Amino acid sequence: MAHKRRDFIKISSLSAAGLLFGAHQLRSARPDFNKTPFSNMRPVGSVRTSTYCEVCFWKCAGWVYKDQEGNIKKIVGNDDDTNCNGRLCPRGTGGVGMYYDQDRLKTPLIRVAGADGQQTFREASWDEALDVVAKGLAKIKQEHGAECTALLTHGSGGHYFGTLLKAFGSGNIAAPSYAQCRGPREVAFIATYGEGLNSPEPTDIRDTRCLVLIGSHLGENMHNGQVQEMSDAIDKGATIITVDPRFSTAASKSKFWLPIKPATDLALLLSWIHLIIENNWYDEEYVEKYTYGFEQLKQHVKSYTPEWAYGITTIKPDVIRETAREMANAAPSVIVHPGRHVTWYGDDTQRLRAVAILNALLGSWGRRGGFFVPEKAEVPDYPHPPFPKPARTWRDAMDGKFRLADLALANGVCEATIPSVRMDCHIKGWIVNGTNLIMTLPDKQKTLEAIKSLDLLVVVDTMPMEITGYADVVLPECTYLERWDDLRIVQGRVPNVALRMPATDPLYDTKPAYWIAKKLAGKMGLGDYFAWENFEDSLDWQLKQIGSSLDEMKRIGVKNLPREYGPLYFQDGEDKEFYTNTGKIELYSTAFAEEGFDPLPVYTPHQEPPAGYYRLNYGRAPMHTFSRTANNPNLTDLMDENVVWVNPKVAKEWGLTAGQEVYLQNQDGVVSDFPIKVRITERIRFDSVYMVHGFGHNHKQLSRAHGRGASDSQLITRVLVDPIMGGTGMRGNFVTFRFEKESEVES
Amino acid sequence: MRYAMAIDTKKCVGCADCVVACQTENMVPIGYCRDWIVEVTDGTYPQLEIEIRSERCNHCDNSPCVRCCPTGASHYVEGGIVKVTQHKCIGCGACIASCPYDARYSHPDGYVDKCTFCDHRIKLGEQPACVAVCPTKCMYFGDLDDPNSEVSKVLKKRKYKSLIPEAGTRPHVFYLI
Repeated sequence: MAHKRRDFIKISSLSAAGLLFGAHQLRSARPDFNKTPFSNMRPVGSVRTSTYCEVCFWKCAGWVYKDQEGNIKKIVGNDDDTNCNGRLCPRGTGGVGMYYDQDRLKTPLIRVAGADGQQTFREASWDEALDVVAKGLAKIKQEHGAECTALLTHGSGGHYFGTLLKAFGSGNIAAPSYAQCRGPREVAFIATYGEGLNSPEPTDIRDTRCLVLIGSHLGENMHNGQVQEMSDAIDKGATIITVDPRFSTAASKSKFWLPIKPATDLALLLSWIHLIIENNWYDEEYVEKYTYGFEQLKQHVKSYTPEWAYGITTIKPDVIRETAREMANAAPSVIVHPGRHVTWYGDDTQRLRAVAILNALLGSWGRRGGFFVPEKAEVPDYPHPPFPKPARTWRDAMDGKFRLADLALANGVCEATIPSVRMDCHIKGWIVNGTNLIMTLPDKQKTLEAIKSLDLLVVVDTMPMEITGYADVVLPECTYLERWDDLRIVQGRVPNVALRMPATDPLYDTKPAYWIAKKLAGKMGLGDYFAWENFEDSLDWQLKQIGSSLDEMKRIGVKNLPREYGPLYFQDGEDKEFYTNTGKIELYSTAFAEEGFDPLPVYTPHQEPPAGYYRLNYGRAPMHTFSRTANNPNLTDLMDENVVWVNPKVAKEWGLTAGQEVYLQNQDGVVSDFPIKVRITERIRFDSVYMVHGFGHNHKQLSRAHGRGASDSQLITRVLVDPIMGGTGMRGNFVTFRFEKESEVES
Repeated sequence: MRYAMAIDTKKCVGCADCVVACQTENMVPIGYCRDWIVEVTDGTYPQLEIEIRSERCNHCDNSPCVRCCPTGASHYVEGGIVKVTQHKCIGCGACIASCPYDARYSHPDGYVDKCTFCDHRIKLGEQPACVAVCPTKCMYFGDLDDPNSEVSKVLKKRKYKSLIPEAGTRPHVFYLI
């Protein structure tokens, strides 16, 4: 597959042919959103099939309803599911659009070079496409070793392709949800409590008396269970404290909104810790019994007074005091929320350490209204042979850096792919499943550099995302509504399992990921790792190990199991051992000290925007997930582009008018591909701008998403790497406004 | 029997789940909607307030749309719900012009369409789709004549308002403030 140059291929160039190829597989009267109104569909039938949602990572369980002709009509939450309590979020409800999207990938594609050197995609049969993949992987194994392959994944398919790669002899399995998202939080909590937060986070929001959100915009990020519980907490009169330079939806629900100067959160956190210790507002019994390093912490935060923090954060000292007291009054039913996407400034693990420490001082870890003790169903894997040990992994390319990272770094895999003098093995083959790396990873140029060094790039997706244009082989996956998948096994207040089964046959020539992985395994001589005949047999086997069955799960969708390891909260005076070096909650981190990092968090100032530039902040909209929903017909109907939020003072200075289209240019001279409309609003600080992530797609085949809004990822070229775990801090970028695309002066 | 809805602006996050749930429940074509989100920002940074409202037909007691309908397509049914009989509607649009809440739209199939409080669901003892799906549980629906209904109880407990009361339509969607 080695092409000298890997040109981006627009899948649109074959769209006509692709449609023809798929058309005969269309069943009659399939609704086309552009032509046939929904109303032509018959009323909903009574047959429902179980699923869990794949539109985001929360994986809410629900029921798919079809009309009497078998067309998928609506998806409704499963009442027994503790992730959603019978209520899906707009993305889950709009999941039908993922199935009906006429821009879906429809058939396998293989990159070919014509006589003129022009590279195009050729439609292929599954057998042919998988042959190319299997041969490409075998060639890499022969020339470089099996460990020179990697999987980048975000979604249910990760397990099957992970099994395939591990069986093949590679341990390079990374999800951008770690180093581009929640990684620093996990490392910080592991350092403090000996365990990470995982997903969904065990925050006991429904019973909290005080919820502290630091840059976390619950309600705009629709982490379903948490949004539901925040609403419950509002009902019960809980205090919400929101720290955000933007007046977020959550800020508007808060008793205290702290409009902090961006990039100074750690100063505020240290000041809160200072106040809680100096005023003896901490939980003395809890700190005495469970924690290590209190005296060092006390000394460390002595100088971090609210007056000191005021100068940095612009939050008034009396507000810092009042909010600290509010937290202490609510303790232990208080949650200083760790957030989720926390890769901001490169010292994120230390900021999250401060969050973890603050929670420990308030005694909220393991307490009602704080953090509960989660449990997860223990379901054995379907039997398979043991995996071989890979000869090397991505870590060998890191020169011993990021040893505290507990999961693989997607950017680490990327770096290990780019040739450098010090490595004898570079990653030569990627399988990319369900993640659009072009918009997911910051520093697009680096991603493209890595992609150019590959011998084989296989993309498995449902949509022609930008990443597919760089693939050697594109494998079209069917949507979650058309396939079986692994049982959903996630932590929660009670352990449970949820079933996803196909509501209908796959449209077009698309296949489930498990099928693709098994077929590939067969071609690669690794069939033993996928020993089941039918995938659903493996589910039935697994379910029988926990006293259920596939038949039962088809009826109930979700099975809640009894807790096995004790109560939801620590009992009064209970002895606890934590999985840290000292067996205690480490306020002072011995693990960080060993690795040469600050054992207690230290505030360091971050770069500020130069004159005429504004810090680029980005976030979520409740009806979209990353860049993956930007073409979903139901969800684009709710929001079809992003806008840039600009403070009225800034707008006046630049002469901007509401709705005007501008280009954004960042500190490195990168100009957004597309213009973005200006939203003039008091809800944003004068020193920053804000936009929702996931828009500004440049792949024309995404007919509803193409050219709508601007891509924040494109403008994130300055990446602040966390020295502790390799997270990619993305909030150190500054943008200014351009009124024309062409740059007059390149900076 | 008098159906009504109360929507808690203190809890609503404006996620628009009610909009998409209504679309899939009631086969509302993409590009149209029977309910929608309004967000009102007040103040200057950093003294700010936002009110977020999920809006829809107010199922008024004194509905201008019913009064002005030349064919009788717009009518009341049990519980005060305002409905449109599709085959009687000639699509003249008088009701659209008369509604102070802009709650009606012309369906591409040639009739005027709007919120029905999901009366097909109510008949089965279910909540309207928007109420049933709302992740924040900010919507309450029920019979105002029943003092024990969710909507009666919450209206007794909380301060509330209705939209454009000066229009004299006596709306039956209330906003808890």
